[in-house]
Amino acid sequence: MSLEVLGITVLWFFLYGYLIVASIDFGAGFFAYYGRVTKKEHLINHVISRYLSPVWEVTNVFFVFFFVGLVGFFPDTAYYYGTALLIPGSISLILLAIRGSFYAFSNYGSKDNDLYLFLYGATGLLIPASLSTALTISEGGFLKEEGGRVVFLAGKLFTSPYSWSVVVLAIVSVLFISAVFLTYYAWRARDLDALGVLRKFALFWSGPTILASLLVFASLKSHNPHHFENALDLWWMFGLSFICFAAAALFIIQGRNYGTAFIMVMFQFFFAFFGYGASHLPYILDPYISVSTSYTNDTMGRALVTAFIAGLVLLVPSLILLMRLFLFDADYVKGKK
Amino acid sequence: MELSSVDLSRMLTSMTLGFHIIFATIGVGVPVMISIAEWIGIRNNDEYYLLMARRWARGFTITVAVGVVTGTCIGLQLSLLWPSFMKVAGQVISLPLFMETFAFFFEAIFLGIYLYTWDRFKKPIYHWLLSIPVIIGSSASAFFITTVNAFMNTPQGFKLDGGALVEIEPLTAMFNPATPSKTFHVLTTSYLTAALILGSIAAFTVLKGRNGVYERKALKLTMAAGLVFALGTAVAGDVSAKFLSKHQPEKLAALEWHFETKPGADLLLFGTIDENNEVTKAIKIPGMLSFLAGSSLDHEVVGLDEFPEEVRPPLWIHYLFDMMVGIGFFSIIVSAGFIILDKMKNRNPYNKGLLWLILAGGPLSILAIELGWILAEVGRQPWILRGYIKVAEGVTSADNVGLTFLMFLGLYILLGVLTIIVLVKMFRNKPAEAELEDRFRGSSK
Repeated sequence: MSLEVLGITVLWFFLYGYLIVASIDFGAGFFAYYGRVTKKEHLINHVISRYLSPVWEVTNVFFVFFFVGLVGFFPDTAYYYGTALLIPGSISLILLAIRGSFYAFSNYGSKDNDLYLFLYGATGLLIPASLSTALTISEGGFLKEEGGRVVFLAGKLFTSPYSWSVVVLAIVSVLFISAVFLTYYAWRARDLDALGVLRKFALFWSGPTILASLLVFASLKSHNPHHFENALDLWWMFGLSFICFAAAALFIIQGRNYGTAFIMVMFQFFFAFFGYGASHLPYILDPYISVSTSYTNDTMGRALVTAFIAGLVLLVPSLILLMRLFLFDADYVKGKK
Repeated sequence: MELSSVDLSRMLTSMTLGFHIIFATIGVGVPVMISIAEWIGIRNNDEYYLLMARRWARGFTITVAVGVVTGTCIGLQLSLLWPSFMKVAGQVISLPLFMETFAFFFEAIFLGIYLYTWDRFKKPIYHWLLSIPVIIGSSASAFFITTVNAFMNTPQGFKLDGGALVEIEPLTAMFNPATPSKTFHVLTTSYLTAALILGSIAAFTVLKGRNGVYERKALKLTMAAGLVFALGTAVAGDVSAKFLSKHQPEKLAALEWHFETKPGADLLLFGTIDENNEVTKAIKIPGMLSFLAGSSLDHEVVGLDEFPEEVRPPLWIHYLFDMMVGIGFFSIIVSAGFIILDKMKNRNPYNKGLLWLILAGGPLSILAIELGWILAEVGRQPWILRGYIKVAEGVTSADNVGLTFLMFLGLYILLGVLTIIVLVKMFRNKPAEAELEDRFRGSSK
């Protein structure tokens, strides 16, 4: 594997990691708010805050890691995306900032403040919607270069069916991933009331997830036929994704194996996400940036990969420790610690 | 007045950094203080210090959250506002930026663990051990990010061939001449600022009439740590002067209004300057600038005359420099004063006058951080990458920077106000004594 493909693969892994952990976090915020509004708060919010408290900051780091790595490996992305995305990027940033700090404010400061929780919940849906537009833009057709300037065609983005189908997919995926994870977490905590509510959420959002994926495919066909053809060549990835989805849904319907169900959901998104990513290559931003033309110099590429491997040696055991203490420690999950 | 894209981008970057830097400094310094307090508490089996660590950590969760989100903002804003600069610099200096995220990752993981495992270990020392990776992570984070700023001041590790960058050496770029003095200075002042802010809070509580054992111990600990870090900061300042004189003489010359290259250069304190560069009302210490720059009164200090007008930094940074150094000395005197009075018999270190000075130390040290940062950045003007790219060449070509500025202004006002409200609420009705009863003594009843 060439260094640039290795680089984009590593980054894609981190984006995938962010997709999973951030979805859990974003969706949980929405469910927590929904729980308060529908007076089911006592049932589910305990489970949610137990999981989220120790890990929210880690979630944010996945994202920072991705974009810093992207600019490192592919400096041209800074130029094109940076110029084009000043406004949408800033809006996403402000939403992220509000979300992170309001989580802390509401969780450590004033627990009963409805406004804090509302902002926390609402941003949980708005952020995936706004971040997903970066992927939409990467398909090409929303930027143009004129007179040495990169111009963002906002009007086109807002009227594109493809763009909206991606937004819909992002939101329902967030809710689905989150609901399945929280179902599992409630089950671990032996919190049957919460389990009942969360399982219904999971089932409710499973259908829309698949529908939204199909919608994205359909609109991609007309927006970027070339990418669509590439995706068809990788049909087996998407097939595996669907099989994993079906298995997860089956487990949840039967009300057993919630842990496996969540792992299946992770695989469902893994195959879909990597299928999407692989068929997107060689472009990072169609047609301006491809992995080979925008790749940083070899020396830096090797240095980054070395740093990355050294970093993993440090991070993986730490993450395992974190998960053992908070995710897989039955007493903690049950609220006894 | 019509502001250009460059002006607006500079304003937005300054605002984000100016806001973030407060929380970043606290984020680097406070874990050290928490760790020291917990260590003393465990060693001496002293529940006051254990409580101190807990209360500091509780407040820290709020500031760290704001630090994380504003750090994310500046991280992305660099690409959004300075895309051309990032495209070039990214080829040479992205290694430490990348490593910074690892350090931050490491810190985030252990901070999450630390904050939620106070009572989970049989041996309390295990919990204390978790503070070490937090400190390593946050200080390493500061180190890596400062190497990037150092690189902007003294870039090396690449060659320009036509428009292309060749012979890139990431490690040489990272360990450039500015790295040692800058990272040293950033770390010591972060620790110092954290000690002074925490001391300031303790002094405030005592002045409000709550003068218990907890507050006294907090004052002693923060002032002792403050003195050590203040002396470290003085050493760092000295190292910085020597570095500047050797590698970035125009910055030192602008800081010190030193126009002519000559040996035996005087150190100027305070004073004002007019449009003809006439200095009035300054205190002159003969030969001192030479001494600080080169350890000898005869050392030749390069003056601004060796630089063309258009690459000289603005001269007003001298005022910032004076204030920053003044606050540094103030912190040495106040913390040393407290420690001396405390050691002397029949002396009261808790007298109102001294407490007021300690109270002032917190806000003043934050001010010094801001001043120091502004003078470091403005002192590099007109360059964004000294000798290679000017600020105006690195800026975005996008419109709407002004609108973006206003959006972020709103965000920072909101976050700043709420941080204060939440922190005040968190502690106002929970004096340390009462919490001590609850936590350590309540269960035995």
